[in-house]
Amino acid sequence: MTGTDGLVGRTATELAALVRAAEVSATEVTDAHLARIDAYDGGIRSFLYRADAEARERAAEIDAARSRGEDLGPLAGVPVAVKDVLTTRGLPTTCGSRILEGWRPPYDATVITRLRAAGAVLVGKTNMDEFAMGSSTENSAFFPTANPWDTTRVPGGSSGGSASAVAAGFSPLAIGTDTGGSIRQPAALCGVVGVKPTYGRVSRYGLVAYASSLDQAGGLATTVADAALLLEVIWGHDPADSTSIPTVPEPVRPTLEDGVAGLRVGIITELTETDGIQPEVAAAVEAARAILEEAGAEVDKVSVPSVEYGLSAYYIIAPAEASSNLARYDGVRYGLRRQAADVGTMNALTREAGFGAEVKRRIMIGTYALSAGYYDAYYGQAQRVRTLIINDFARAYEHFDVLLSPTSPTTAFPLGAKVDDPLAMYLSDVCTVPTNLAGAPGISVPAGLDGDGLPLAVQVVAPALHEAVMFRAARALERGFEFTARPRLGAS
Amino acid sequence: MTWETVVGLEVHCELATKTKLFCSCPNEFGAEPNTSVCPVCLGLPGSLPVLNEAVVEYALRVGEALHCRVPETSIFHRKNYFYPDMPKNFQISQYDEPVCVDGYLDIPGVGGVPRDAGGRVGIERAHIEEDTGKTLHVGAGGRIHDADHSLVDYNRAGVPLMEIVSRPDIRSSEEARAYVTELRAVLEAIGVSDVKMEEGSLRIDANVSLREEGTEVLGTKVEIKNMNSLRSLARALEFEVARQAAVLAEGGRITQETRHWDEEAGRTHPLRSKEEAFDYRYFPEPDLVPLAPPAEWQERVRASMPELPSARRRRLVEEWGISDHDAGVLLTSGLADYAGAAVAAGAPGREVTNWVVGDLLAYIHGGHARAPGVNETGADRSDLALTAEDLAELVGLVGNGILSRPLAKEVLAAALAGEGTPRQIAAARGLAQVSDEAELVAVVDGVLSASPAEVARYRDGDEKERKKLRGFFMGKVMAATKGRGNPQVLNRLLDERLPAG
Repeated sequence: MTGTDGLVGRTATELAALVRAAEVSATEVTDAHLARIDAYDGGIRSFLYRADAEARERAAEIDAARSRGEDLGPLAGVPVAVKDVLTTRGLPTTCGSRILEGWRPPYDATVITRLRAAGAVLVGKTNMDEFAMGSSTENSAFFPTANPWDTTRVPGGSSGGSASAVAAGFSPLAIGTDTGGSIRQPAALCGVVGVKPTYGRVSRYGLVAYASSLDQAGGLATTVADAALLLEVIWGHDPADSTSIPTVPEPVRPTLEDGVAGLRVGIITELTETDGIQPEVAAAVEAARAILEEAGAEVDKVSVPSVEYGLSAYYIIAPAEASSNLARYDGVRYGLRRQAADVGTMNALTREAGFGAEVKRRIMIGTYALSAGYYDAYYGQAQRVRTLIINDFARAYEHFDVLLSPTSPTTAFPLGAKVDDPLAMYLSDVCTVPTNLAGAPGISVPAGLDGDGLPLAVQVVAPALHEAVMFRAARALERGFEFTARPRLGAS
Repeated sequence: MTWETVVGLEVHCELATKTKLFCSCPNEFGAEPNTSVCPVCLGLPGSLPVLNEAVVEYALRVGEALHCRVPETSIFHRKNYFYPDMPKNFQISQYDEPVCVDGYLDIPGVGGVPRDAGGRVGIERAHIEEDTGKTLHVGAGGRIHDADHSLVDYNRAGVPLMEIVSRPDIRSSEEARAYVTELRAVLEAIGVSDVKMEEGSLRIDANVSLREEGTEVLGTKVEIKNMNSLRSLARALEFEVARQAAVLAEGGRITQETRHWDEEAGRTHPLRSKEEAFDYRYFPEPDLVPLAPPAEWQERVRASMPELPSARRRRLVEEWGISDHDAGVLLTSGLADYAGAAVAAGAPGREVTNWVVGDLLAYIHGGHARAPGVNETGADRSDLALTAEDLAELVGLVGNGILSRPLAKEVLAAALAGEGTPRQIAAARGLAQVSDEAELVAVVDGVLSASPAEVARYRDGDEKERKKLRGFFMGKVMAATKGRGNPQVLNRLLDERLPAG
C-alpha cells in the first residue's frame, strides 16, 4: 500500500494483518489516525489526553521489531484509545476528575500491559464521567464529549470518550469499563460494538475502582470480530487481581461464524415491554428476533422478574463501594490538595473542591447506606436482591442459551437534557445494570438508525463464562442488521 | 463494697513474614522512610490487594497454638475511617467472620474460668488485618497539637497483623502481665512474630471494668490505648482500676469511652466517648475472595507445630529435674533455647539451669546484656559473649573437679566480658584446680607444721573448737594454693593428718 488514506475506517483485524505482512507500517497507521483525530476531535472531544508522541514512539518500535523479523502480536500497529480510568505509567490518569489532575501513575494497568505486549499503539486517554459515574460523559470534570452522529447529543457514558472515538474513526478499538452499562450503553448510542465480559475475566489491576464488585473492563470496536480480537488480548487470569477468574477462557473467534441454528434465545420481557422504551428501540429488538429466527434460532419471551429491582439495588451497592473506594482521595499523597491548618480540614476542602456533584451524591448515598443501623436495610437488602437476580437469570438459562433485550431504552439524548435529573439519567442503565449485578457478560450490537439518524442497538447477554455463545449470537445479528453507516463528521 | 477487676486484652501482633500482607514489599523494621512501598501498600488508585499465603499459614499456627476453631471460610472487611497514615482511608481487616474463634490459653494461676482448674484465659477471636503507616509530627516537641508539619512513613503500611482478643477473664494487672508474657512466649515459640514491644511489633489495648465481687454481670467498660510495655500495661491498669473504683465509691457511673495512657503523667485521659466513637461502616472487602484454607493445610500446620511453652515447661521439669519455677524463668526470660543448647552440648540440665537462672540472669539484670521479659527487648542471644557451648564447658569444668565453684563464677564473669572460653580463661589465669595429691600433701604438711599451737588446740578442743580450727586450716591450705586446691582432696588429707578426737 502506498498512501495512507485508506487506513482510517479499516478494522483492527485488517490493520494488524497489513502491518504484520509489511504492507503498511505501524507508523503510517498511527499517523493516519492521529491526523484523523487532529481533523475532527475538536468537534467531538473524545480525548482527555492525546499520547501522540508516545504513540509514534511505540509505532516506530513496532516497525523496528518487524524489520528484525520479530513476531508482532495480534494487534500489531493497531491504534487503541483507552478510557482514562486505567492507569498508564507516566501518562496522566484523571478518571475525569479534578481530584486526580496532574497525577501520573507509576505503573500500568494489566490491560495496558497486555495491549502493549500484543503490539497495540495507545493513542490517548478518553473522556468519561467522573470516576465512571454517569451515562452521558457530561459528568466529566473537564468537558463533555459529543456524539459523532449528532454533536448536539451525548455519546452515552461513562465510556463516552471511548465509544465516540471508535465511532469517529479515531481508533478502530477502544477500552472502556462497565459497572452498570458504561461500555454497552455508549456503544449503543454511538453505533459501535461494546462488550462487557464476565466479572473476573479481565483483570481489574490498574482499573481505578468505582464499585469493585461490579467494575469490569472490556472493549469497543466497529465489528463483532474486532471486539472478539480485542477481548482475547486483554482477558485471562491475572494473579494481581484476586477476583480474576483462574481458568483459561474458551476463545471466542474460532466459533464466531458458526451461526445460531438451534440456539435458544429468550427476549427479556421486563426490559423490552415496559414504559420508557423508545418504540424504535423495541422495534429493533423485534428486528433482531426476526434475524435470529431466520438464521435458525428458537426465540421466545422470558420473564426475569427481579431485574425490575436492578437499578434500586445497583444504586445502593455501587455508591456504598464507591464511598469507600474514593476515600483515598484526601490530598495527602497525590492529586489535588487544598491547604489548610489541620489535616481534617485539608481533607474536607480538597474533596469539596476535587469532586463533582454526582460523585459527591454517590459518596453521600453510599456512606449513608453503610452506616451503623442502616447497613442491613440498605446494603444487606441490595445484596439479597442481587442474589435474586442471579437466581432469576439461572432459571431463565435453564431454557435459553442467551438472552436478548435493548441495550439502552432510548437513542442518544440531547446534551444537557438529563443533567439536572439524576433519576432520569439513572434510567439509561435499566437494561444493562442487571448483567453487572449477575456478574455475567453482555454485548451491544448496532441495529440500524432511528428516524433522527441516531444509532439503535440490541444487547445479548449470556451466563457467566459463556462469552463464546454470546459472541456467536452477536455476530449473527451483525450479519443480519448489515449496519455499515458511519457518522459524517464536520471538520473542527 | 468490694470490686472485682475485669480485664480483656486485645493484642496486636505484627507477623514476621518476609513480605507484607497484600503485596510483595519487604516486611522489615527500620528501613529508610517510604522505601518499602509499592502501588498496593500505598493504596494508589487502581491497585488491588492479593493475600500473602504465608500470613494464612501464620494465622493457622496462631489458631492451633491458641486452641481456636478455624471456620471453613472467613472473610475480609473494610474498616472505613480517615487517617493520613492509612493510605486507602480504610483498613482491610476481619469483622464478623474472623479466621480464628473460640480458643484459650492456659496460664498457671491466671484467668477466671475455671480458676481452680489451674488458670485459663478464653480467646474470643484472632483475626488478620493490615497495619498503618507512621506519622511523625515535626517541630515543637513532636506533639500533634503544636507540630509545624507532619511526615508520613508508609513502610509499615500493609504489614500483616493479627489481633488476638481475649475474653474478659483477667482479674488483675499481674494476671494481665502474666497473660501477655505467656502469649508472647507462645507467639515466639511458633515463629510468627518478633514480639518486640519497643519496636511496636506487639501492641496492647485493654478493656477494663469493675463489678461487685460475686456478681456475674459485666460493668461498663473503658478501653485503654497506648501502652508500650508490660510495665506501662500494669501501671495503666492499676491507675484505671483505682480511677474507676473512686468514681463508683462516690456513687458515680463509669462512662463508656476510650482512654489514652499517658506514660509520663502516669494516668489515663479520655480520648473519645461512645457517642464520638467512629462508625467504621464495615462491609465485605470486594477486592478479596473468602479465605478458605483447605483441611489438609490445617492438618499440615498441626503436624508441624513446635512445642508450646506450657508443654516445654512440663518437659524441662521432667527431663532436667528442675523446679517448675525455674522452668518458668527459663521460658519467660527467653533463655530456654540457650539453656537447651548448653544441655545439647553435654551439660546436665539442672546444672545449666542453676547457672542460667542464677549468675547469668543476674548478669543480664545488671544491664550487661539483653533478654526478653526482663527488660523487654528481643530474644536475641547473639550479644552474649558466653555461648551455650561455653556454658556447657564451664559446667563440665566444675563437674570434673577442674574448677571450684567460686573460681567458676570468676571464669563466668571473665567469659561474659569476652576474655575467651572458660577453658582458655582458667588456663590463662592459672585457675585450674590442683588435685595432685603429692603437691597437696606437701601444702597440708607445711601448714600443719607451721601451726603447732593450733594443732594442739585442735587435739584438745571440743567439737565446736575443732570445727572452728578445721576452717582455719582449710583457709590456710587454700591460701597456700591460691584457692586452686581441690577442696575434696584437701579435706581428706586434713582428716588423715589431724589428730582424732
